[in-house]
Amino acid sequence: MRDCIIIGAGVIGSAIARELSKRELNVLVLERREDVADGGCSKANTAIVHAGYDAKPGTNKAKFNVLGNPMFDQLCADLEIPFKRNTSLVVAFEGDGMQGIYDLFERGLKNGVPDMQILDQYTLRKLEPNIGRTAIGALRLGTGGIVCPYEMTMALAENACENGVEFKLNTEVTNIERAGDHWAVTTADGTRYETKTVVNAAGLYSDKFNNMVSNEVHLDILPRRGQYYMVDKAYEHVFNATIFQLPTDKGKGILVSRTVDGTVLLGPTAEDIDDKEDTRTTAEGLADVLEHARKSWEDIPMRSFIGNFAGVRPRPSTGDFLLGEPKDAPGFFNAAGIESPGLTSAPAIGQYLGDMISDKLGAKMKENFNPKRHAIPKFRELSNEERAKLIAEDPAYGRIICRCETVTEGEIRNAIRRPLGARNLDAVKRRTRAGMGRCQSGFCSPRVVEILCEELGLDPTEVTKFGGDSQLLVGRIGAEKEGK
Amino acid sequence: MREVDVLIIGGGPAGLAAAVAAKEAGIDNLLVLEREDKPGGILKQCIHNGFGLRMFGEELTGPEYAQRYIDKAEALGVPIQCDTMVLSVTGDRVVTSINPEKGLEQFQAKAIVLAMGCRERPRGALGIPGWRGAGIYSAGTAQRFVNLEGLMPGRKIVILGSGDIGLIMARRMTFEGCEVKACVELMPFSSGLKRNIVQCLDDYGIPLMLNHTVVDIAGRDRVTGVTIAEIDPKTKKPIAGTEQYIECDTLLLSVGLIPENELSTGAGVDISRSTQGPVVDETLATSVEGIFAAGNVLHVHDLVDFVSEEAATAGRTAAEYVKSGAKSGGKRVPVEEGFGVGGCVPQYINLDAVKEPVKFMFRPRDVYKAARICVDVDGEEVLRGKPHMIMAPGEMAELTVDPEVFPSRPDMGKVTVRLEVK
Repeated sequence: MRDCIIIGAGVIGSAIARELSKRELNVLVLERREDVADGGCSKANTAIVHAGYDAKPGTNKAKFNVLGNPMFDQLCADLEIPFKRNTSLVVAFEGDGMQGIYDLFERGLKNGVPDMQILDQYTLRKLEPNIGRTAIGALRLGTGGIVCPYEMTMALAENACENGVEFKLNTEVTNIERAGDHWAVTTADGTRYETKTVVNAAGLYSDKFNNMVSNEVHLDILPRRGQYYMVDKAYEHVFNATIFQLPTDKGKGILVSRTVDGTVLLGPTAEDIDDKEDTRTTAEGLADVLEHARKSWEDIPMRSFIGNFAGVRPRPSTGDFLLGEPKDAPGFFNAAGIESPGLTSAPAIGQYLGDMISDKLGAKMKENFNPKRHAIPKFRELSNEERAKLIAEDPAYGRIICRCETVTEGEIRNAIRRPLGARNLDAVKRRTRAGMGRCQSGFCSPRVVEILCEELGLDPTEVTKFGGDSQLLVGRIGAEKEGK
Repeated sequence: MREVDVLIIGGGPAGLAAAVAAKEAGIDNLLVLEREDKPGGILKQCIHNGFGLRMFGEELTGPEYAQRYIDKAEALGVPIQCDTMVLSVTGDRVVTSINPEKGLEQFQAKAIVLAMGCRERPRGALGIPGWRGAGIYSAGTAQRFVNLEGLMPGRKIVILGSGDIGLIMARRMTFEGCEVKACVELMPFSSGLKRNIVQCLDDYGIPLMLNHTVVDIAGRDRVTGVTIAEIDPKTKKPIAGTEQYIECDTLLLSVGLIPENELSTGAGVDISRSTQGPVVDETLATSVEGIFAAGNVLHVHDLVDFVSEEAATAGRTAAEYVKSGAKSGGKRVPVEEGFGVGGCVPQYINLDAVKEPVKFMFRPRDVYKAARICVDVDGEEVLRGKPHMIMAPGEMAELTVDPEVFPSRPDMGKVTVRLEVK
């Protein structure tokens, strides 16, 4: 009998898992994908730590955003997660007028957002000389920041894992049912797990699990796709702050944001789609990103695009995060419908639900909880002295595998060997940035495949891009002719 | 910090030829730094023949061609340090590198030859929409998997772009029993060599679809097909209604090569927008004192023989620079790209230093019939080349000009290289 089963190893499931790992509890996380942070929302979003001006006062979104934001400094220091308070600017352009900015300021005050300032055109241009010519003013949010969302998820999960939480990947939950005074969770391979409590952190599929066990609130997740362009790190400093435009009823609009890795992100679109897995990019969507982003950044260097991608946000039909224990399903805890500002809210949601579940179970705090997680050394960011020391300790750090992002063999082996280590090419990429640079894995993918094979005892034809049926190679040369 | 007279960054065809030339010009304290575990660069995976016709008068494979230079370097005692990645080059020629055994090293060089080569343009740079599953490779990556690892990236292939590596891979994959369904090219002409179109596509009945591009990629986990469409040559946009779906499991990209100049930029070397390589004079000296460049890092070549020739010049001029202790300098006259000329090298002529014939290399901007290369000085024609039957962007054009052609006028303003088409 488990104390708790968490469905989903996205940023929310992982944050809750880490909170529970502080207590004397037997916790299991079940994740359908081959890697944590690979469900679609936690890996492909705008990577912003929001100040909290946008959500409607009184909602869970507003509450947990404002609670979550100040938690990032300590959390990111403990878990060595790349994070920077680069501030956010919501910019008004000619035709918008400034009223929208004043309204957001008012809303921010109601939500308890600190360090806000309304900027006139002159001050805005002094802060951001590259802002589009039609900008007329802005709301400056001093607590706005940027974070690496998948590294944050992986860090939370790794730390939970090191503190005793068990993770099962490639394990899809198909059913939850009441079993006397507890719950039975069944997975796709037919295994049945008994547990005192269940956490629904299933992101895009959190509606399915809520509706399976509770009638209190009927939840539908309405998938909304966001497409993005990524611009080369040569443009890291085009803007200091994250540049928002005035929000619309479809969300916070198209923004231009540097990332903690130095690239620049343009997006997202907001398209209501039918298929929760439809992370395709489209010609129309990408054109839409460009058209809107050009208002903020007129000279977008199209020659320096390094990629495009899409994520799907789990928009709840209720309009707000669905959190806590429904009355008709005791021991079942929702962390459902977590769309933006879910990333910012994750630490606060983790703490809130972690406390709630621990109270329910009467769990004691662990004496030996280790709050620290050591990140993979980022060779590209080290001083020459640190580099020399690292290579002396392990020569694998003296061999570059990814030239564009200066990623060493040592980092790649570390990414595979660590808790919840990488099992496929994209998992290595998310952990190390190998393949995320200008050549987009042209040079390094054959070497990474080789290292994955060495470390995991795989044949090259078994190595996948991201699990499932995404094998990179279809066979050996000559094998067909020989009838093999 | 170790002192080196001539330090060569890169042990591919350019680096090897530069090193051999520098050694032959009397430099003994020289060193080649190569990032891979063996020298030879991209030639290691180019197992087809067609290399060396100009340089050796015979058809060699890539590895054979590279071996000629490796043997020569060995015979001359040129040290090549492999498994060594250069992390940075400064404007005063301090080079920092790492190697698993030697750790982090720093070199103070009197002269540096940049020979880092180029990389392939990836899908992201094109913004092709669709799924992002497995099965999308740049042609060179696929070539490495097949030729060096013996692994097959797919069975049913569509190739986007008609660069030489894509064309070579069309034939290579066909040899391995794959079905290569089409080679799709956005432009109205191929960017590859004519001989490769004939020998790698035509001979195997693989259609070359000019004015076409890929507009969508299907297949969530692995590519299952691509949608292609015809392009309006004027707007370069797909024409609605011309879409057709081609079932395939692999999309190979051969959509251009980009000189790898991250280190050059770090050293403060000026980069040309036209070639995407360093701006150089006829000695292949860059804008930074004592730093020279050659090969695909300078501009993307069509034939390796040209790379070797050019790199030998850089090796020799770097050696002369060190031996004479001379500063570069003197009056540099800009070379302007006139009609039909793109990516012209060199971008400057050092009038005070020109003693030897100057070789201009460039890519014609379009396909031209009966065109000749002309050189003007301040708008006045000083040289008319012989007419060429056909000139195309896929084939590099070259013209060697004797130094006496340039009038010794101190007020000379610019040199223009242009095409004249009847």
